[in-house]
Amino acid sequence: MEELIFGRLTLREIPYDNPIIMATLGGSTMLLLCIAFLIWYHGKWSYLWKEWFTSVDHKRIGIMYVVLALIMLLRGFADALLMRTQQALAEGSAQGYLPPDHYNQIFSAHGTIMIIFVAMPFFIGLMNIVVPLQIGARDVAYPFLNSVSFWLTASSAALVMLSLGLGNFSHAGWSGYPPLSEKHYSPGPGVDYWIWGLQLGGVGTLMTGINFFVTILRLRAPGMTLMKMPIFSWTILVTNVLIMLAFPALTVVLALLALDRYAGMHFFTNHGGGNLMLFTNLFWIWGHPEVYIVILPAFGIYSEVAATFSRKRLFGYTSMVYASVAIAMLSFMVWLHHFFTMGAGANVNAFFGIATMIIAIPTGVKVFNWLFTFYRGRIEFTTPVLWTLGFIVTFCIGGMTGVLLAVPGADFELHNSEFLIAHFHNMLIPGALFGYFAGYAYWFPKVFGFKLDEVWGKRAFWLWIVGFYLAFMPLYALGFMGMPRRLLHYDNSHWQPYLVVALGGTLIIFGGILCQILQLTFSIRNRAQLRDETGDPWDGRTLEWSIPSPPPAYNFARIPQIHTRDAFHSMKKQARHAEEVDYEAILLPRSSSLGPIMGGLTFVLGFSLVWYLWWSAILALAGLLGCVIVRSWDEHTEEELSAQEVRAIETALRHPNASVSYAEGLPIQKLTFERHPLP
Amino acid sequence: MITAQPPLVIGNIEREHPEHDSVGLATFGFWLYLMTDCVLFAALFATYAVLHQNFAGGPTGKDLFDIPYVFVETLCLLLSSTTAGFALLSMQRQDRIRLLYWLGLTVLLGMGFIGMEIHEFIRLMSAGNGPQRSGFLSAFFTLVGTHGLHVTIGLLWMINMILQIRRRGITVPIQSRLIRLSLFWHFLDLIWIGVFTLVYLMGVSS
Repeated sequence: MEELIFGRLTLREIPYDNPIIMATLGGSTMLLLCIAFLIWYHGKWSYLWKEWFTSVDHKRIGIMYVVLALIMLLRGFADALLMRTQQALAEGSAQGYLPPDHYNQIFSAHGTIMIIFVAMPFFIGLMNIVVPLQIGARDVAYPFLNSVSFWLTASSAALVMLSLGLGNFSHAGWSGYPPLSEKHYSPGPGVDYWIWGLQLGGVGTLMTGINFFVTILRLRAPGMTLMKMPIFSWTILVTNVLIMLAFPALTVVLALLALDRYAGMHFFTNHGGGNLMLFTNLFWIWGHPEVYIVILPAFGIYSEVAATFSRKRLFGYTSMVYASVAIAMLSFMVWLHHFFTMGAGANVNAFFGIATMIIAIPTGVKVFNWLFTFYRGRIEFTTPVLWTLGFIVTFCIGGMTGVLLAVPGADFELHNSEFLIAHFHNMLIPGALFGYFAGYAYWFPKVFGFKLDEVWGKRAFWLWIVGFYLAFMPLYALGFMGMPRRLLHYDNSHWQPYLVVALGGTLIIFGGILCQILQLTFSIRNRAQLRDETGDPWDGRTLEWSIPSPPPAYNFARIPQIHTRDAFHSMKKQARHAEEVDYEAILLPRSSSLGPIMGGLTFVLGFSLVWYLWWSAILALAGLLGCVIVRSWDEHTEEELSAQEVRAIETALRHPNASVSYAEGLPIQKLTFERHPLP
Repeated sequence: MITAQPPLVIGNIEREHPEHDSVGLATFGFWLYLMTDCVLFAALFATYAVLHQNFAGGPTGKDLFDIPYVFVETLCLLLSSTTAGFALLSMQRQDRIRLLYWLGLTVLLGMGFIGMEIHEFIRLMSAGNGPQRSGFLSAFFTLVGTHGLHVTIGLLWMINMILQIRRRGITVPIQSRLIRLSLFWHFLDLIWIGVFTLVYLMGVSS
């Protein structure tokens, strides 16, 4: 009976005996309660619910994605710090401070969180904010679906966070290879947390992929042909193709592993006709394109930043587009390089090795294009430019070690060594994260109407880049010295100095993160000085800079007619954007509380499946189905804003000092971002 | 599919703005969803191809599959695709009675298909040949079951549409949904042809 109600959930699942977890848990619970109390104290819960959680406005959803990514970055980085400290200590007779089981969970959580809950929501947030503005659209193709996607991602992130305090997280690595991840070797809830965290969030990502693909193909402003589209939107288009083709494979591989674990099937088991290499193949058919899914948007950001701050057109736009498409196609032909040691044979390995090396060609095209964009430009060394330059240098090093790893013979030596760890951090930190940081600084004034503090931004950059080199270059050396990845403890005193340096580098990165927190705090405090009234603080070239910051809910009062590639740049040259226009009525999608409700139900579903609470899993599933049916009966999903209201809002936004009559009680607050979003 | 017919009248919304062509937008997105579903089934077919000889000492397809039975099941589904097509034709003629009639028939045929599939699964499981028996049977049950799950969702969708048509008539949003539902239904038909050929027919021939 008890099992029927509580499944396998007992109070013993709270890790009382682990002081590190309990302290973290206590601290974060207190913090959450404090935040919740402060919001309640200021009476902001209803504001948050009405204006943010239920919003289907792409800009607000984008901001929520980025906030989620930044929070999860702190968690993922804390994991990194714990691991680096353990490895710096645990040599010879010293055992370090982490128990083996906890250590295994930390490296699994670190990878899962950094890829799925930092990189993905960060770029999805940026693309939510920017893409409709760049292509001259009023929202995405399916605004409500967008909200559901966000809440699925948020609830799966919450599920992964919950594993800290209730039960445990997977100890099978972020890639969860069987047979270790099978029920026989991992009977606890950890692997199930990993499965459902990835699975439910993955569904949200897949829907986002469809949404933005349709948005970009169908909602571009008239005259904006594909080859006149801003380059960031291009890389996002390619990224979304990758999402649509790759994520179903993840869905399948996780579902099959779940069937093995829950229903006793034999897909990846050692006995009963299972084949564990099938998992590895399916996982990396998703996993390798996933690398490009997180890197291509950053390439787009670097391209925008390079052009804007060099005061030049992007060099080689066409080749940039073709390079992105080529990278996307090749990304599906290289998955086997993650397991050359499988024993597929020399010819198969040679094919995948060569295909991997070929990817360096389109990527090299991009690097030269960025360099030529900067060449003879009037470069302004703003924070986004620093991230871009740091990326170009660092990424080239990572690319070269990648070509080295692509040689199957070399890979047999370096497989699963610290060399590999150094290589993929060398790709993903500059290749993805630096790009997102650049985009964060670049588009921040568009979103909030004031710039980020440059001084603290630059400090953050220098600490990050110095810390990065110190943290990861020693790992290359350790790889050559034969150190495997994921070691809890080692008996080789030659390794220790390198690991101490790596810890030092990680601490410097920590300083960089602190600078970023200070940057945000000071920027909000000094927002009056940092205010940008023009909507175009960087002398931008693309459409998002042609509208006020923060943009009104409908983005464009009049959809612009596009004639050239850098649309806003040529408009400014012809001074066409200032002319007086007739306004028209605009249909806006209405907010819906179904998004957060479906997210909540998804969380309940995932939680129930982890703990075998079948009754509540069925209820949550029925609830989700009910939400879809309710939505299908709702005919009032849009509301109209009259031409008069649009005119009043536009006048108020474009001439903030002019005296405008608000006598009609226009819902201006509702339709624009609050000028002062934080107390 | 509806190009031969006069264009849909989209309420009083202007057609000049592509962002308000909600039917076209929804249909296009749904096509893309179907393509992602295609990738999903491709991965399941690939899994079946890898595991289809892994009998683990258990029965093979030859021992288990009852081709005449599955043929009748297949006919049910294919016929339901035809009736779904007739339903869409009635929708374009704004013929509500016939539309409901064809949709009802489609639901019945779909239920016949699902009923036969469940019966087949029960027969296999009660003889000890459930998905836990071997890698081959795991892959078989998962591939066929995933298709069956899709058909079940399609049936729930269709029932919801019947209720909406009865309550509201053939409005533009309902037409948009019916177009997508029929795409979904035909797509499941195509997948089933792959299942019938690759799993059942090739299963008994080897």
